[in-house]
Amino acid sequence: MAIEVRDLVKRFDGRAALKGVSFDARPGELLAVIGPNGAGKTTLLSILAGIRSQDAGTVSLPPGEIGWVPQQAAIYRRLTVEENLRLFARLEGVPDPGAAVERMLDLTELGDRRGDQVATLSGGNQQRVNIAIGLLAQPSVLLLDEPSAGLDPRHREALWELIGNFAGGGTTVIFSTHYVQEAERYGDRLLVLADGEALFDGTAAGLHAAVPESRARDFEEAFVFFLRERGHG
Amino acid sequence: MRWLLVKDLQILRRSPLVTALLVIYPIAIAVLIGFALSRGPAKPRVAFLDEIPPGQQLTIAGTQLDVTSARSALCSRIECLPVSSVAEARDKVQSGDALAALVIPRDFVQRLETLTTLNPAQPRVTVLVNEEDPVKAQLVDDRISSLVTEANLKLAKKIDQVGSSYLNLIVRGGDVSLFGQGFEILGLRSAQRILEAIQGELPRASPLQEALGRVIRFARLAAQNLDVAKPLLRAISHPIEVNREVVSGSPPSLDSFAIAVAATVTLMFVTVLLVAGSLALEREENAFARLVRGLVGRTALLAEKIGLGVGVSLVVTLVMLAGLTLFVSIAWGRAPLIVAAVVAGGAGFAAFGAAIGAASREVRAGSLIAFMVSLPVAFVSLVPSGTVSPGLFDAIRVVRALFPFQPALQAMSGGLDAAGPSLGVPILHLAAIVLAYGALARLALRRFA
Repeated sequence: MAIEVRDLVKRFDGRAALKGVSFDARPGELLAVIGPNGAGKTTLLSILAGIRSQDAGTVSLPPGEIGWVPQQAAIYRRLTVEENLRLFARLEGVPDPGAAVERMLDLTELGDRRGDQVATLSGGNQQRVNIAIGLLAQPSVLLLDEPSAGLDPRHREALWELIGNFAGGGTTVIFSTHYVQEAERYGDRLLVLADGEALFDGTAAGLHAAVPESRARDFEEAFVFFLRERGHG
Repeated sequence: MRWLLVKDLQILRRSPLVTALLVIYPIAIAVLIGFALSRGPAKPRVAFLDEIPPGQQLTIAGTQLDVTSARSALCSRIECLPVSSVAEARDKVQSGDALAALVIPRDFVQRLETLTTLNPAQPRVTVLVNEEDPVKAQLVDDRISSLVTEANLKLAKKIDQVGSSYLNLIVRGGDVSLFGQGFEILGLRSAQRILEAIQGELPRASPLQEALGRVIRFARLAAQNLDVAKPLLRAISHPIEVNREVVSGSPPSLDSFAIAVAATVTLMFVTVLLVAGSLALEREENAFARLVRGLVGRTALLAEKIGLGVGVSLVVTLVMLAGLTLFVSIAWGRAPLIVAAVVAGGAGFAAFGAAIGAASREVRAGSLIAFMVSLPVAFVSLVPSGTVSPGLFDAIRVVRALFPFQPALQAMSGGLDAAGPSLGVPILHLAAIVLAYGALARLALRRFA
């Protein structure tokens, strides 16, 4: 297993954000974390990324770098695309920062915008830079918090192609999303969270199957019904 | 429009630091100015040691003057802080309770009375001052000069009457008594008449020995009388002599101090705004969480920001001083000390800016807070002791100790001018400030993620 999470608990001011969450993820697997607002998705990913610490439970991660792509682009808008990539490559201690920058510019297809200030890029391209920074150190695990939020369908498509390519190289990708169709389409496996509890861990087909066919015309309806049936409507 | 206003108020409500500052700032400024206007002395507070025996009378030119009313008149011009000894007066000045101390010696009245005699002894008063900065030194000089000039003018009127009688004697002639012996003074007019008579009637070769003898005697006595008048004339020009003694402080020149103030204010704004804004930018750009998850530690990030502030402020301040060299003389031979002062001051301001930046959610809020806090602190740090009430000055002392402006200004004054304060104490003070604000900034960064 690339990742093993057991009985993870996190509280904020007495309110439980995660209530004993457990799951595994294999190398090269795309795990989608979905759930309603306040379910604990971002808290879970920030604990895996090492930004927050858990109150209880264990997290087992593979050795090497963990790539982290926060929901809001964590980049310097007044630096150019290339300057951002070079800065973070150096901070990550990448052996050959120049080569890593070129690799990311190729991967994100932003080579022709390398000299542009990030502030002048579209939201989609800013998110590409944001993800590229998370991939600079060629991590064995990539954590993405709502990577496609705010992007138009064309940019979302390009983004998932990029992420899929990376997972194909053996990187474990865990992403959270509000777009359940994206989770169904791109996730190998789904982890459904609601009010800090893990309600489901399995494939999209498995989730669909857990709901009577007459109650769900598509996956989104099946997901909503699934939550409602378990008291999270 | 209404909803926009509601939205802005909601945003303000969610920025507790800015909101608190917006409320506290005008109140603090109002209280500060209110205290200064209502509680602060309108007159300078001067420790007053009067060693003249009680009930002593003063007679000048036949007129008896009331010493008590003269004392009251003086204390209506300044706020007299009665003290019982020179040591106590010195303490009051050193502690800043009094702007200066005025010591009137026991023999002051006797010496005053001799001013109208042919053996005047100039009366002296002693002024003790604490010249902790050149602005204060100038203030003390102006106040004391004004008081002494006024007293001298009053005395000069009385002494002038006596001086006039001596001059009349020389011009018109008459009898004068000196050391119990009577003398006849011919007078310039009589001498003129005698000489005119001799000139008209005497043949060139006739030796009118007696008349010439009288003229020769007159000339000699006239010269002696004028010699006697010399100290009197000096006394008229400046009856009271001021013996000025600096209790503590050796201020640099006013030019050096002005340069030090300009450099310190520049250093403060550049460094505090830069560091506060730069640290707040890490949060605004969402880069902070990415940085501190292993790329850079929080303490290292703080050290980088403080280093940035010190480096930039050093360049900016040295460029400013180089520019000032075109207009005023700067002792570049003291460059290592100037650099040490700028680096120490820059580090103090940078740590202060880091604490503000770490507590701010965004660059604009950080910059606003940095500006609103720095400006009054700088003003307060320039208030000389003895010019406001003791309670208010105690509060000012606390502000000076807590913020880097005052030690940075002292270090800069010491760096720029050999007559300024030594660098050791202000640099140690700044080092303590760096540690304190660095620790505060580090604590504030814990809630940054």
